[in-house]
Amino acid sequence: MRRSGARRAAGARNDAPRAVVGSGPAGRFLFGASVVLLCVWVLVPIYLLLVNALSSPQEVTGFPKRFVPSFDFGSIRFFASFAGVAQALWNSIAVAALTMVMSLGLGAPAGYALSRFEFPGKEWFRMIVVMTRAFPLPLLALPLAIFFIRTGLDDTALGLAVVHTVLAIPFATLITFSLFSGVPLELEEAAWTLGCTRWQAFRKVVLPLVLPGIAASAVFAFIVSWNEVFAAAVLTVQNRTLPAFLVQSLNVSPLHLKFAGGAALVVPALVFIFAVRRYLFAMWGIASR
Amino acid sequence: MAEIVIKGVAKSFGAFQALHSIDLAVADREFMVLLGPSGCGKTTLLRIVAGLETPSAGEVWIGGRRVDRLPPRERGIAMVFQNYAVFPHLTVFENIAFGLRMQRLPRETIRERVRRTAALMHIEQLLDRYSGQLSGGQRQRVAVARALAMEPDVILMDEPLSNLDALLRLEMRAELKGVLEASETTTVYVTHDQVEAMSLADRIAVMNEGRIVQVSTPVDIYRNPAARFVGSFIGNPPMNFITASRAGPGEWDVAGLRLTGPEAGERLEFAVRPEDLEVGPGGFQAAVRVVEPLGPHTLVTAEVGGRLFRAVLDSDLAVGPGDELSLLPKADRVRWFDAETGEAV
Repeated sequence: MRRSGARRAAGARNDAPRAVVGSGPAGRFLFGASVVLLCVWVLVPIYLLLVNALSSPQEVTGFPKRFVPSFDFGSIRFFASFAGVAQALWNSIAVAALTMVMSLGLGAPAGYALSRFEFPGKEWFRMIVVMTRAFPLPLLALPLAIFFIRTGLDDTALGLAVVHTVLAIPFATLITFSLFSGVPLELEEAAWTLGCTRWQAFRKVVLPLVLPGIAASAVFAFIVSWNEVFAAAVLTVQNRTLPAFLVQSLNVSPLHLKFAGGAALVVPALVFIFAVRRYLFAMWGIASR
Repeated sequence: MAEIVIKGVAKSFGAFQALHSIDLAVADREFMVLLGPSGCGKTTLLRIVAGLETPSAGEVWIGGRRVDRLPPRERGIAMVFQNYAVFPHLTVFENIAFGLRMQRLPRETIRERVRRTAALMHIEQLLDRYSGQLSGGQRQRVAVARALAMEPDVILMDEPLSNLDALLRLEMRAELKGVLEASETTTVYVTHDQVEAMSLADRIAVMNEGRIVQVSTPVDIYRNPAARFVGSFIGNPPMNFITASRAGPGEWDVAGLRLTGPEAGERLEFAVRPEDLEVGPGGFQAAVRVVEPLGPHTLVTAEVGGRLFRAVLDSDLAVGPGDELSLLPKADRVRWFDAETGEAV
């Protein structure tokens, strides 16, 4: 008690924020409980998904459950050979790849401009870029569907990729903005004085330095498209992406197929996000590493 | 081989006037130092010469060619930046070769020039390293080598030593001077460190609040400051100033001492450097406040006519706080400034 009292007095004197764990037993409990809760929240569904996907169809529907999967690939094999899955997978990859290219093609120049130039309305622009995410997609879905049908973009990979690009651009812009800001302007200026044009300096100095981050931001755009289900379900009929395909066939498919399909969606996304996590933190200005 | 002529260059950032119509000529192969407190516009002026900043008005000529609308790469300059700007994704060799590759020089020439400049800056053993594996001093050497390898007409340096620790700075300063003298390029060097300026420069341009106050040789600037600002900015400890009132034609009353001064002017300031004071009869009555023995000499802070006065005196002098001294200024070292404008009279 005396120790914590003394620490509190010291805390009152100096203004530095204290760590939550250092704020007594109650704070420590709250901190620990929050960590456990968050982990359970995220990990339990993933765990159940993986256990069931790696169990035989009989085990999925049977009882009692096992904690360790039997590593039976029956469900996965069935899912992979299920009619339409291969086509949906291919559609997903095509749309995600298009999204990746378009969102970076538009977002990276915007990120560069935000980090290098002063222009009126810059702060507003940064804000509005994020605001596009605040627009509820269901509100846009119907007008978009009508517009797409009129222009012939409906049920095409390109059309869906355009919508996904709109969703991915804020992230692409903000991630590349922080990447470019991490390259000192002096390096570019040095390149100019050493004989480079603006474009050459970008290509020879800035690009090599931001390339890993650009790759990460591309992967993230890929994931945004990969996971998106609403626009995919509304705007495509024949050429469905994997999530849209699963939503459509959810009611009519057996349980083990749903688990296998879920795992097929979640695992690549998780692996990719884990690989690029450092850059996603950088997007929000949190010191990485 | 190029002289730099700056004609009426002005620069404003929005409402802020960073430079007011600057005129400056730097001779071929001259070492010109732009010296001034932070925010005086010296770096802005350098960046305008480099082409990294566009002047709001005026012209810049390098080697008889007007360059103020040309991009940096077409000006025949090389620049050393304050934070060195060594490319982190390239080895030291590739850093030094960077500008040469841009010029599409033959492979052999590039290798030969990189080796030569690296030897000059004593970094031959670092050629395979990356910037992250170098110390601050080594990065500095790479930055200078990269500039020298270009064999430019003009080398521009923006506070290149300010990020080094004191000892290293001293060493690099002497080395830079030798290397740049041998390279026979025109150099413009920006610093806020007066000692650096004095030791390196052929001529110093002292800047304050976006204007050039005085351009001259280091010793002349030290001995004959053109303005009160120059006298107070250059020299450590700084010049002593006392307001003088007119006692007759060419006669001035300075803290109770009658001195011969300029004929003209109503209100003047008397100025003398601390080392130009000696103990002797008939001088200022000074009440000693602080005594700091520094070894070769002793720094005495005393009160003269209500103002603090510093004197650099012989270290054998026995003096302590509370003592009274008579400080006599050397007549030929006394300077006078207009109390209104601050200009030398």
